[in-house]
Amino acid sequence: MAVRTLTRPIIYLILIALTLFYLMPVYVMLVTSFKPLQEVTLADMWKLPTTIDFSSYVTAFTRLAPNLMNSFYLVIPATILSALFGSLNGYVLSKWKFKGSDVLFTAILFGMFIPYQSILIPLIQFLREIGLYNSIAGLVFVHVVYGLPITTLMFRNFYASIPDSMIESAKIDGAGFLGIFRHIMFPLSITGFVVVGIWQFTNIWNEFLFAVTITTSAQQPVMVALQNLSGSQIVQWNVQMAGALLAALPTLLVYIFLGKFFVRGLLAGSVKG
Amino acid sequence: MEPARSSVDHSTETEYKVESEKKKKKKAVTKDHWMAVAFLAPSVILLGIFVYGFIGWTGFVSLSNWNTLVPDFSFAGIENYVNLFQDYRFQADLRNTLFFTLFFIGAVIVVGITLAILLDQKIRQESLFRNIFFFPMALSFVVTGVVWQWLLNPSTGVNLFLSKIGLESKWYTDTTIIPGVEWGKIEFGIPVALIAVVIAAVWQMTGFSVAMYLAGLRAIPEEVREAARMDGASEFMVYWKVVLPMLRPITISVVIIMAHISLKIFDLIYAMTGPGANYVTDVPGVYMFETTFRGNYYANGAAIAIIMLLSVAIFIVPYLISSRKGDA
Repeated sequence: MAVRTLTRPIIYLILIALTLFYLMPVYVMLVTSFKPLQEVTLADMWKLPTTIDFSSYVTAFTRLAPNLMNSFYLVIPATILSALFGSLNGYVLSKWKFKGSDVLFTAILFGMFIPYQSILIPLIQFLREIGLYNSIAGLVFVHVVYGLPITTLMFRNFYASIPDSMIESAKIDGAGFLGIFRHIMFPLSITGFVVVGIWQFTNIWNEFLFAVTITTSAQQPVMVALQNLSGSQIVQWNVQMAGALLAALPTLLVYIFLGKFFVRGLLAGSVKG
Repeated sequence: MEPARSSVDHSTETEYKVESEKKKKKKAVTKDHWMAVAFLAPSVILLGIFVYGFIGWTGFVSLSNWNTLVPDFSFAGIENYVNLFQDYRFQADLRNTLFFTLFFIGAVIVVGITLAILLDQKIRQESLFRNIFFFPMALSFVVTGVVWQWLLNPSTGVNLFLSKIGLESKWYTDTTIIPGVEWGKIEFGIPVALIAVVIAAVWQMTGFSVAMYLAGLRAIPEEVREAARMDGASEFMVYWKVVLPMLRPITISVVIIMAHISLKIFDLIYAMTGPGANYVTDVPGVYMFETTFRGNYYANGAAIAIIMLLSVAIFIVPYLISSRKGDA
């Protein structure tokens, strides 16, 4: 039941005020990005542009396009691979438990909480040794490895909801480890793959620390390039804002169209099974 | 259930028929069990090396003299740690992390609960509101940093409004520390500049707590609230005395998740303000990055990383252990 009628308008008032606060950065980002440089002044920050000017998008796009491509080359294989490994691990850890498997699972989970600074120095040494330093392939590898804990967790929790009786009866019918995975678990995992896929896509796309330490210039994903836009010269805020929007667009679109699954991933990431 | 284990556990069963059936099952299961272990093994080995092994290696580096471009693994003892705690910048980092974490978690919880309760009042357009509060979660901290850097730019942005009502803020360029008591080498207190960063971080992360609390609220049966109302509790008291205590486990999760994000924060601050004048917005994550990869002080950077890891582990390890127990 809802709060009494008198308080209703107040509820809407608070919600609308907060909505405006949450949308404020979007508004400023949009109006700034459509302004020509001379209009991007301190005093006119909140004003709408006098004319719609796409030049900052052209500038931002020309500068970020290669890095946007890098991000796609990084995110697509890393997402697919980490989801596949995660589903297998989750399958084993939920349906083929063995002595110590729960302890092992906890040990795996710890990996998703560590500050990556604490593994960066050896990681970079290692990538140099095997010749993957400063390459997209190296970043893919890193994101697959450090994505394992979260994808394993998500799939384990997801598979926990598939009744064990199904597995049991499949076993009686003579299905083995792989058979059960292929014919029962995998077909039932579509939602799981969507949730995990969206989660990994968003996180890897947005990731910065690995990207900035493992790659330089030509190999950099878009977030590093965006950060570099401001470092380069006098800050052209209109180009900055256009760049920020371009860099955010893929994950924003995913959110707009598949937000439901994104939120499910969000909740799934808070451990609990 | 686990077939292999249960068949072992019940092996005292006397009936012959049951026994033989179990034996047959156990034999079939064993092979598949080895398969299962074999499929899990690569991930376990990878994580063993890349998480635990590398942490050990970082710990080793932190005890070495490797503070130049050329690796030098001679033993330095705890010298790097001693130096850090006497370092002006690191002391400032500790202060900033403390206050950033407190304000950030506090705001995420208060705003999160408030919004979740408001959204749970059967309001119209609920999903629209929800989407607006959640969407920043899909953005990168770098994007948030870039946009808020412009929004809270001291000479523009929100200040144009604030100056009209007589308030002026230098936001992230303010070097004031409140109250600014002398402590070690630094002034201890709340760095005003941090507030700007907290606002941006809260803007980005409250979606998480709203989602968590909303899920929690939806899981509380309406009868519980109804019963409290029947006892004559006001709507406020229903929430204060009945609903909020029931949301406690969620609050614990939110605190821990936010604490670990806050303790290792790097990209938002790096993109938005950098270390700031007098290191008013510096954090260990930024210091570690700069000293290691810009300054080649590897041992120093490793020591910072280990301290970051320990601070996160204090929150995460008990959380993981307790949620495993709850799982069984």
